[in-house]
Amino acid sequence: MSETQAEKTVDARGAACPGPLMDLVGAIREVDSGSVVALLSDNDQSLVDVPEWADESGNEVVATEEEDDYYRILVRKA
Amino acid sequence: MTREVVIVGGGTGGSVLANDLADRFEAEIDAGDVRVTLVNDSEDHVYKPVWLYVPFGKREPSDGRRPLRDLVDSRVDVVVDRVTDIDTDAQRLTYRDGGGPGRYDKLVLATGSTLAPDEIPGLAGGGHNYYTEEGALALQDELLSFTEGHLVLSVIGSPHMCPAAPLEFVFMADDWFRKRGLRDDIDITYTYPIQRVHGNPHIAEWAEPLMEDRGINVETFFNAEEIDAENGVMTSMEGGELDYDLLVAIPPHRGIDLVEDAGLGDRGWVEVDSETLEAEHADNVYALGDTADAGVPKAGSVAHYQAGVVAQRIASELRDRPATETYDGKTLCFVETGMDAASYVEFDYENPPSPATPSKKLHWAKLAYNESYWLTARGLL
Repeated sequence: MSETQAEKTVDARGAACPGPLMDLVGAIREVDSGSVVALLSDNDQSLVDVPEWADESGNEVVATEEEDDYYRILVRKA
Repeated sequence: MTREVVIVGGGTGGSVLANDLADRFEAEIDAGDVRVTLVNDSEDHVYKPVWLYVPFGKREPSDGRRPLRDLVDSRVDVVVDRVTDIDTDAQRLTYRDGGGPGRYDKLVLATGSTLAPDEIPGLAGGGHNYYTEEGALALQDELLSFTEGHLVLSVIGSPHMCPAAPLEFVFMADDWFRKRGLRDDIDITYTYPIQRVHGNPHIAEWAEPLMEDRGINVETFFNAEEIDAENGVMTSMEGGELDYDLLVAIPPHRGIDLVEDAGLGDRGWVEVDSETLEAEHADNVYALGDTADAGVPKAGSVAHYQAGVVAQRIASELRDRPATETYDGKTLCFVETGMDAASYVEFDYENPPSPATPSKKLHWAKLAYNESYWLTARGLL
């Protein structure tokens, strides 16, 4: 597990697309600007969806970490 | 001791399941060895797909209501009450009015979806929807008198009930305004939270050209942040802004607090094994339909197919046999593409949807299904 800290972690493992992205969007709504949210997803599509959405929304993907059987994508709220 | 099967929720999933169990356990129920109880907080069973037609003046909400007791086998105990607490360790239930069995051997949660418009500032007073009876009637009032301006259909919450319904609404609105000679004076915009027009890429790929052909504007990556009803403006988390004259919004959805309070899952959705539909965080608890977080659409057909799986599993378990039935993700939907044409999709965990070419026949098939739905609820179809 990474040492990168997140204020909130969303576990969307097992969810089909677009579930992980929507879970992330919901979590971003609930945190303050500057906070980092970690999305756990085992869906490869998240590797595309999340950066595209972050670009569109002005938020920032600060890290994408590959764990044993899932990804941990960290997004900082603008 | 009588084995207690308690089903919470008398919608499609709960009703089909109750009837299925009554059939399977006919002898055991008559002998007093098994009791099947269906708990619902209203006397009525509601068929929500009728609400899509209400704003266009094509149906009345009463077309989608029947007394639950008329739909459910007489061997089932129907209790009108609300479950207020689930103790999954002791396998006990508490009721608002004390009406149902206190303990359960098997519990099935089929409590469905609720709307959470308050999660988006301004939405509760600023947007219409056809996801409640009251909402559909209020939208009918607006839509019937809407002759010019900008109609925005915004999918704010996902997941939501019937993922096809927002597409259906804009296709129907487009056609309805055309037939009334008003379409040139009305702009229609459809917004969706991700980068395509539908969560399922195959359905999105099919729907997008149809929307383009019909001059329906599309805004993707649009997650509503705030609704300014006074000025008719909605803003998105992505920095977008849309002016509207009539906003039809699909609000955020939740399950019920009972689920979260019992530690069964977040936002009121029960975390389940997507094939067995067993709760991940408790023994002897199943969930189906909208309530089950199985990664499949929140649709009546899903609840229907899942009910058959849960019934077989419960019957096997109470008879000390292996439970072998599993849910394969089967989903089946008719999709209205206008006021007199529809498409049809069928898919499962392994096989993606391939929407049928829209036709009048499929439209009539959808209307025929809506009429025959009551046979489904009774467990006959």
